[in-house]
Amino acid sequence: MEMLSWGGIIGRVFLQFSPVWIALIVTFVISIAFKRNLGLYGKLFDSVIGMIGFALVMFWVYTALFNGVFGMIATHDPLSQVSGMKNKVPGIPLSGAEEGEYLYYLFGGDNLARDVFSRMVEGSVIVIQIAPLATLFAFMVGITLGLPAGYYGGRLDTLLSFAANLILAFPVILLFYLLVTPEIVATGIPSYMAAVLFLFPIIFLTILLNSRFFTQPALRTTLLIVVLSIGFWLYGSLVSEWGRGTWVDFLPPFLDGFNISGGILVVFVSVVFVNSPTVFRIVRGLAMDIKTRDYVAAAQTRGEGPWYIMLWEILPNVRGPLIVDFCLRIGYTTILLGTLGFFGLGLPPESPDWGTTINEGRKLLSIYPHPALPPAIALMSLVLGLNLLADGLREESLKD
Amino acid sequence: MGQFILRRVGVMILTALCLTFIVFWLTNLYPNLEKLAKTQGNFRMSEEAVESWLGKNGYLAPVPVKFGQWLGVMPGWTYTEEDGTERGRCIDGDTPADVAPTFCGIIQGNWGKSTVFKDDVSTIVGTRLAQTGKLMFWVMLVMVPGALTIGVLAGMKEGSKTDRTLSTASIMTTATPEYVSGVIFIAIFASSAVGLKWFKGTATSAMEDANFENFFLPVITIALYGMGYIARMTRASMTEVMTAQYIRTARLKGVSFPNIVMKHALRNALIAPFTVIMLQFPWLLNGVVIVETLFNFKGFGWTLVQAAGNNDIELLLAVSVVSVIVVLVTQLISDIGYVYLNPRIRIS
Repeated sequence: MEMLSWGGIIGRVFLQFSPVWIALIVTFVISIAFKRNLGLYGKLFDSVIGMIGFALVMFWVYTALFNGVFGMIATHDPLSQVSGMKNKVPGIPLSGAEEGEYLYYLFGGDNLARDVFSRMVEGSVIVIQIAPLATLFAFMVGITLGLPAGYYGGRLDTLLSFAANLILAFPVILLFYLLVTPEIVATGIPSYMAAVLFLFPIIFLTILLNSRFFTQPALRTTLLIVVLSIGFWLYGSLVSEWGRGTWVDFLPPFLDGFNISGGILVVFVSVVFVNSPTVFRIVRGLAMDIKTRDYVAAAQTRGEGPWYIMLWEILPNVRGPLIVDFCLRIGYTTILLGTLGFFGLGLPPESPDWGTTINEGRKLLSIYPHPALPPAIALMSLVLGLNLLADGLREESLKD
Repeated sequence: MGQFILRRVGVMILTALCLTFIVFWLTNLYPNLEKLAKTQGNFRMSEEAVESWLGKNGYLAPVPVKFGQWLGVMPGWTYTEEDGTERGRCIDGDTPADVAPTFCGIIQGNWGKSTVFKDDVSTIVGTRLAQTGKLMFWVMLVMVPGALTIGVLAGMKEGSKTDRTLSTASIMTTATPEYVSGVIFIAIFASSAVGLKWFKGTATSAMEDANFENFFLPVITIALYGMGYIARMTRASMTEVMTAQYIRTARLKGVSFPNIVMKHALRNALIAPFTVIMLQFPWLLNGVVIVETLFNFKGFGWTLVQAAGNNDIELLLAVSVVSVIVVLVTQLISDIGYVYLNPRIRIS
């Protein structure tokens, strides 16, 4: 069989992504048709920058979705090695291909004879799984601590700000090296940190609902029972791993819904830990600004509780900057995940995530540049998309 | 002002103490010590052997005590061997037991010994810092003027074509972390297979003899990532200044546009970027670590990776002290500079 030409490679890659293109077109057609009824999301389609950013982000989201759930995009298994394919250039036909196998390594083979294209696609699944969720957790922690710090001020503020500045003064890479080495994981510190950090979403939701429905005890109690039981089940499943014998492993196996593999949990925790102080500072600053407004004074005069004011008066009014920062921060989290992979921390060395693949590829970069470039460009395009999206959202939210 | 600085310095010292204690505690956890013992002794040590090795080398004292010894506020550990020779924290080949001081920590200027490089920590950190200083000097020289020019050009006329182009370019650079841009640059400019072969893909030779060919890629890789952010901040503050009343007055009385930008707007527009540039230092530190690893330039960041990867406790502590101090001092300078540069705050 012959090598593919560059045109052939591009054509085949384009075809391989066809479910993504269809999904993107459908999303855009529907969104543009109804953009006047969709609030801030609809307004995004008024700005070219915002649309480009949204398209880039959704490209990777759909890629991860179709690949992770339906197994559609990737051409080969990201971990399987095929003899004779080591460091082969893009467009090489698969040696000894069997019936039903894809006939080419579209982006060539890496130094362990694995398919570069499939690894890039598989890497998007890892990023799309971790980055938004980790950012969301960081926001929950930052909001739960930042609102009272800004609203009450005083000692609480001094203490929390000091702690936040402490974490911020750490060089991120040093922190990662200290938290994510196998020796530290063996001491269980990351699981304890997970146990503390993952409490915050539950606390946040509980306070949020309690302060809103305080006056309707029946509704509040049912809501809280539902939320807390689901929350604690998720919490337990995430944190505990029966049989390790530490106090975080409280959930017996028959209740334990799922276990996150050690490496991913540690990476997740450290990324949340690094991101939350910054979110804390932003929320604190916004809360300090908003608490002097008249509607807050009005709520205080009405006799609303402090948490109601913080979560239902202040928080909805700072959503604009927070949404923009959320997009930017997902991008930053993606960069952090890549950094972790680049230094070989946390995730297993054969993991197809972009950082690890770049790290693998950089060692032979000057002879074989093709294994490192696809994940590098993929990471860049996702982060660029998120930044453009944030820029578009900022512009549109400032217009009204 | 004096009181403000004094209070900030106090908080700074407290922060530095807390942070070094955290690093100290994490590096002194038992699994880390076990690894250290096995790399220093041999890999097949039994648990008892590890225990006794750690005991002989003063690692089994409680963490606060060890921290005190490292700081130099507690007497250093001593251990008398069976044959009567005395060993201890402050005792080595040059200073025998009878003349050795009781206290020897960083307050006394003793930073300890690196277990990986087999050398004094202070000399290692000193030489490595000098290398990184060279790198940072060139990064600053490229980044700051470049970023300010782009920001001012973009912010001069908000919404113009120049503004759109430059803003998108700065977003692109902020979206490209160093390990991505570095890889792309090496593939394009240095790859021996397909690239242009303009520059070298490693900067190892730049440690003795830095020239354009071997130093340009690392410098531009770090500079680009920081550049976009500073440029965007400069643009934001420039657009804000350009809509101010006094600029309108200047335009109405007929001052030429270049004159308005250079004489009236620029000074006020550069206050905010100053703080941003100072606060960029912690991020530059990250960039330095990544780029030095990628280009194999043996500077401070490379040392950090080596120390952290091998759990070289005293070297790692020194590295974290230096980096934490860099971060805190730049924060302090940015705060003082903001007050000093802004006449509205300075005079009131």
